[in-house]
Amino acid sequence: MENKDFRAPLSQKAHTVEKPAEPNQIGGTVSVEINEKKISVPLGTTILEACRQNQIHIPTLCYHDDLCIAGVCRICVVEVEGMRTLQASCAFPITAPIKIKTSTSLVRKARRDIIDLMLSEHYGECYSCVKNGNCELQNLAKEYGVDSYKFGHVKEPLFEIDESSYSVVRDMTKCIMCKRCVRTCIDLQEVGVLEAVGRGHETHISTFMDKPLGEVICINCGQCINRCPTGALHAQDPSDVVWSAIDDPNKHVVIQTAPSPRAAIGEEFGLEAGHSLTQELNTALKRIGFDAVFDTNFTADLTIIEEGTELILRLYKALAENDKSVALPQFTSCSPGWVKYLEHFFPEYINNLSSAKSPQQMFGALIKTFYAEKSGINPEDIVSVAVMPCSAKKFECNRPEMQDSGYKDVDFGLTTRELAKMIREAGIYLPEMPKTHFDSPFGDASGAGLIFGATGGVMEAAIRTIIEFVTGDKTEDVFENANVIPVRGFDGIKYLEIPITEVGEVPDLIKHLIPDWNWLKGVTIKAAVVHGTANAKKVMEDIIAGGKFSGCHFIEFMACPGGCLGGGGQPIPTNEEIRKKRAQAIYAEDESLEIRKSHENPNIVRIYKEYLKDGPCGHKSHKLLHTQYIKRGKYIA
Amino acid sequence: MTITKTKRTGSVIFSEYKSGESIKKALSLKRDDILFEMRTSKLKGRGGAGFPTATKWMLAAASISKEKFVICNADEGEPGTFKDRVLLLEYPELVMDGMVVAGYTIGAEKGIIYLRGEYEYMIQSLEDYLENMRRENLLGNNILQTGFNFDVSIRMGSGAYVCGEETALIESLEGQRGEARNKPPYPVNTGFLGRPTIVNNVETLCAVSHIVVKGGEWFKTYGTDKSTGSKLFSISGDCKYPGVYELPWGTSINELLDKVGASHTKAVQVGGASGICLSKNEFDRKLSFEDVPTGGSIMIFNETRDMIKILKNYMEFFVEESCGQCTPCRIGNKKLLEGVKMIEEGTITYSYLKSLRELGHTMQVASKCGLGQSSPNSFISITEKFKDEIFRYGNGGNNGK
Amino acid sequence: MLLAEKNSLTEEIERLVEKYGSNRSSLLPVLQDIQRNHRYISEHAQQEIARVLDIHPVEVYSVISFYSFLNTKPKGRNIVRLCRTITCDLAGKDSIVKAVERELGIKFGETTKDKRITLEFANCLGMCDQGPAMLVNYKVYTKLTPEKAVEILNELK
Repeated sequence: MENKDFRAPLSQKAHTVEKPAEPNQIGGTVSVEINEKKISVPLGTTILEACRQNQIHIPTLCYHDDLCIAGVCRICVVEVEGMRTLQASCAFPITAPIKIKTSTSLVRKARRDIIDLMLSEHYGECYSCVKNGNCELQNLAKEYGVDSYKFGHVKEPLFEIDESSYSVVRDMTKCIMCKRCVRTCIDLQEVGVLEAVGRGHETHISTFMDKPLGEVICINCGQCINRCPTGALHAQDPSDVVWSAIDDPNKHVVIQTAPSPRAAIGEEFGLEAGHSLTQELNTALKRIGFDAVFDTNFTADLTIIEEGTELILRLYKALAENDKSVALPQFTSCSPGWVKYLEHFFPEYINNLSSAKSPQQMFGALIKTFYAEKSGINPEDIVSVAVMPCSAKKFECNRPEMQDSGYKDVDFGLTTRELAKMIREAGIYLPEMPKTHFDSPFGDASGAGLIFGATGGVMEAAIRTIIEFVTGDKTEDVFENANVIPVRGFDGIKYLEIPITEVGEVPDLIKHLIPDWNWLKGVTIKAAVVHGTANAKKVMEDIIAGGKFSGCHFIEFMACPGGCLGGGGQPIPTNEEIRKKRAQAIYAEDESLEIRKSHENPNIVRIYKEYLKDGPCGHKSHKLLHTQYIKRGKYIA
Repeated sequence: MTITKTKRTGSVIFSEYKSGESIKKALSLKRDDILFEMRTSKLKGRGGAGFPTATKWMLAAASISKEKFVICNADEGEPGTFKDRVLLLEYPELVMDGMVVAGYTIGAEKGIIYLRGEYEYMIQSLEDYLENMRRENLLGNNILQTGFNFDVSIRMGSGAYVCGEETALIESLEGQRGEARNKPPYPVNTGFLGRPTIVNNVETLCAVSHIVVKGGEWFKTYGTDKSTGSKLFSISGDCKYPGVYELPWGTSINELLDKVGASHTKAVQVGGASGICLSKNEFDRKLSFEDVPTGGSIMIFNETRDMIKILKNYMEFFVEESCGQCTPCRIGNKKLLEGVKMIEEGTITYSYLKSLRELGHTMQVASKCGLGQSSPNSFISITEKFKDEIFRYGNGGNNGK
Repeated sequence: MLLAEKNSLTEEIERLVEKYGSNRSSLLPVLQDIQRNHRYISEHAQQEIARVLDIHPVEVYSVISFYSFLNTKPKGRNIVRLCRTITCDLAGKDSIVKAVERELGIKFGETTKDKRITLEFANCLGMCDQGPAMLVNYKVYTKLTPEKAVEILNELK
C-alpha cells in the first residue's frame, strides 16, 4: 500500500479525469447544456472551466488557478439537473451529458447565504483593511448587493494578529477558511507551515502547535499572501517608518529598486500585466522624496562577477587540483526564501550555497561604505530602503549577520505593493511620470542584471559572462542575440549542458586567481534552473540520491514560482498568465538595452578599479559582499 | 462490560444463520450470480443514505484495478444509534461473512473495519473472532481451497462523528483529517489509496450474509416495494423497553411506540440528530424509504420534554462535529445554534427565525457532504412543528422580546 | 524532556512505523498507540512521527487536533468521558455531572491536581438504551446513578 504520491489529501485534490489527447476522437468530448445553451467540451472539463470558456461568470473564492481543487467555500455552486444538491462547479468534472443552470434562484440564494455567513465571522471593516479595494470577499459582497450583516457580525476579534515574522503578518480574524494558503504552503511550495487545525466551528488555519510564524520553518516566500483572497495574510509593512525617514531632514534616504517590481507595479495602477515602468518609477521615487534612486541590477551585475568567480574557483579546485572536498554543484543564493528553505530542509548542503550575498544585501553594504565615502555622508544618517518583489527580503535584511558595513546594511525592505501604496499616497499616477535615469555613482545597469527577475535569469546572466571569460568569444556567437533561450520559460526544472571545446585568455579581472583555462578544455558544464521550492525539493532529493543533478556544476534556485517576478511582494492577483507577461516585459527591456552583460557594465569595471581593489572574491569583497549561512534544520524547539 | 448474548428474534437479520454459511455458498457461485441476487433483493444501504447496494457493488466490480477494498463502516456515531454495537458484539459472523462475500464479489482481497474509537472495548472480541475465522480457513489465503484470498483488519477511529461519511472515513484511513472529498469521483472508482472501494454499513453487510444464503426473492418478501427486507431500530428515550428491534420496513411510528411501551409521547426523532422530528399528528407515518427514511435511530420524547433544549443539544453536537471545511456547515450550524439560544433567551424575531430556516435550506443543498446537508433537518422540523414552545420562551412579534 | 526520554520515544515511534508501515495511512494507528502509551502526543513525538512518515509536523498536529481522542497536552492518568447526547441527557446526565464535579473538585474539561482524573464530555457513546453512560479510559459504564459514578471514579488509581 506504499504510495508516496498521496501528499495532499484527496479531499483537496482535483479529480483528474484523464483529458483525451485528441479531443476530436470519438468519446473525447461530451455535450452539455449550460443555461439552455448546448456546448461541447473535452471529457473531464470541470463545470467551472466549461462556463469560463463560454463567458459564463461563476463566482469563486477557494478556487485558484495555481492550486489544486478544494471545493470548500461553496460559492461556485450550480444546479445540475437530476441531482438533489447543488454542485461545486470547480470540483465537478463533466463525464456525461448533463444540464447545468448557473443562476437559478436557489443558486443565487445559496451564494448570498454563504457570503453572509462569511461576513458574519469576518472581523473589522473594509476601510481599515490592507486589502480594501483588492479583496475578493469585498468584491463578492458588492456583486451580490450585500447591504447588511444578515447573520450578525463579530464584535470582538477572535484571534490575535501574529506579527512575529519579519515578513508575513497573519490576521486570522479576516480568514474565510478557503485554505488557499494551506494548499500554497503544503502543495505548491511544499514548505508545510500552515494547515487547518481544530474541528467544527473551531477550525482555523494555524502553524505547528500554534506557534508564532516567526518561530516555525516558514521561509517567508509570501506565496500565501499572493493567494489570500482577503486581508488575512499580508506583508510586514514598514512604509510608515520609511515616510518618517523621508520627512526627517537629517536623514539621507536612498532606495534601490529590483527588476521585478518595475515590471509589475503598473498593475497596481490599473495597467495590464506586462508594462515596465522603470524610468517612470525613478521619477516618482524622487518626487516622493527619496534622496537617491539606485538600480539593484548594478549589484546583480556585481553578483554575477562575484558568484561567477566563486564558481570558477570551485571548479578550478575540483577539476584542476582534484580537490574532492569542494562543494558542488554551487547553488545560487540571491533568493532569501530559497536560502532559508535550504537552511531548514537540507542544512547539510549549506556549503553548496554561493557565499555571495544577494544583490539587495550587496547594495546595502556598498551604500553605507562606498557610497557614503564617495558622497561624504555619514553612514549613520543614511536610511537604506530596497523595493523588492519579495517578502523574504524583509527577513533577509534583518538577518543579524547582514551588518558588514558596520550598520544595518539595508534598513527596510518594501514590497511592490507597499511602494505602490506610497506612490498613490503621494498623489502620483505612476504611468504618467516622465522618465529619468538612475543616480550615480551606480547609474544604469546591464540587461543581465535586469533578467534576474525571471526564473533562469541569473543563469542566463552568468552564461553571458562566463562564456566570454572562458572562451574569449562573444555570447552572441553561441546564442543568437545573446538570448539564452534554453534557460527561459516556466518549466519547473530546466537542465542544460555547455561543452567547452576551446578556451581563451583569462581576463585581467581574475588573472590573479587562476593561471589559465586549460583545465576547462573538454569539460561539459552542466547547469540547472529551478523555481518554486516544490521543484527545489525534487532536485535536492535527486542530488542526495546521486542522480542527474548531483553532476551539475551550477544550479539556480528561486523560491517563488516564475522567479522573482512571481514573488510574495508582487501585485495581487497572480497566475501563470500574469507571470508570463511580466517575464515578457523584463526580456523586452533587456533586449532594448545597449549593455546586456554584467562584465561590460562600466560602473562594475570602475568599482573594482576604485574600491574593491583586490578584485572579485578578494579581501574587501569578502568582507562586504559575501556572507555565511546557518544550519537551521527542521526541528522546532 | 459483559457481552450477553440475549436471544433476539427477527425475521431477517436476527433469523437463523450458521457462521461461515454465506461464504461457503458465495464461493460456489459466480460473481455475477451474487450480484444478481443482490439486485433482486433491492437491498439499500442501512447507514441512512439508502443507496442500492447492488449498484455500488456492480460499479466496484466493474472497475479495473490491481487492488480493491471492502470497508465496513462501523463508525456508528449518529446520536441514538447503537444497532451496530449489538451486531458487532453479538453477530460478528454476519458482519465478517458479509465482508468476505463483498470481497469475493467485487474482486477485493482486503477488508477494513473502521471501528469508532468509542468502541475500542470491542476490539479484542472482534480480533479473536477474526483469528478464529482464519483458523477455519474462512479468512486468509486460499479460503476454503477456492483460491480466493481475503483478509480483514481493524482500524480505529479517534472520536470524530464525520468519519461516518464514507469519503471522510477514507480520508481518515489515509491518515488525514476526516474531511469529506469532492464527489465525483465516488469511492467505487477512486476510494482508499485511490483504489476502487466499497464502504458498507455493518447492518448492510449482515443483510448480505442472509441474502446470499436465502436468496434475493426471500429478502424481498419482507418490507415494502421500495424498502425491502427489515430494519434494525435503535430505540431510546422515553419508553419502557429501549433497545434494538428488528421490524419490517413500513412499520408506523404508532406501532413502534406501542411495541416499546412509550406513552404520552410528544415527539419522535427519527434518524438521530441529523434526522427529522415528528410530532403527534405524524405518528401514523411509516418508517420506509418511501415515507420516513432512517438509519435506524429512534429517540422518543414525552410531553414533559422541552423541544428547544433538545434542539440545542443537537445543534451543539453539529457545531462541534462538523469537519469545518465548508462554509455552510462550519458557520451555518453555529448560526442555527445561536438562533436556538436566542429562542431560549426570548430575543429572536420571527423574521430572523425565518432567515435561519432559509439558511437551513441553503445548508441542505450547498454543503459539501451529508453532515452539513442533514444537520439543519432538526432545526427546520422542530422550529416548524413546535412553534408553541418557541412562544413559551417569550418570543413573538418582530420587535424582539 | 530528557535526552534519554527523547531517544526512547524516537525508538518507540520507529518501532510503530515498522509495524504499521511508513506511509501516511499509518499516521492514525501510530498516533493512537502513542496516545495510549503516553496519554498525550508531545511536540517531540509529533516531529519524530512527521520525520519518519516524511510529512510536515504541522500536518501531524492538524490531524491530532481534528480527533477528540488525541491530544497534545498531558492529561490525567484516567480519562473519563461522560456522554452528553440527548438520551443520556434526558436520563440524568446533569445530576451525574454535579455529583462528579463536587466529588473531584474540578469541572468538566479539567484534570485533578494529582493528575489522577481528567473529566470530559463525549458525544454519543452508542449506549442510548442504557444511559447515562460514560467511558473510563476504554471501558464503558452504563445506567449510571450519581452514586455509582462517584464510586467508579473513586476506585481509579
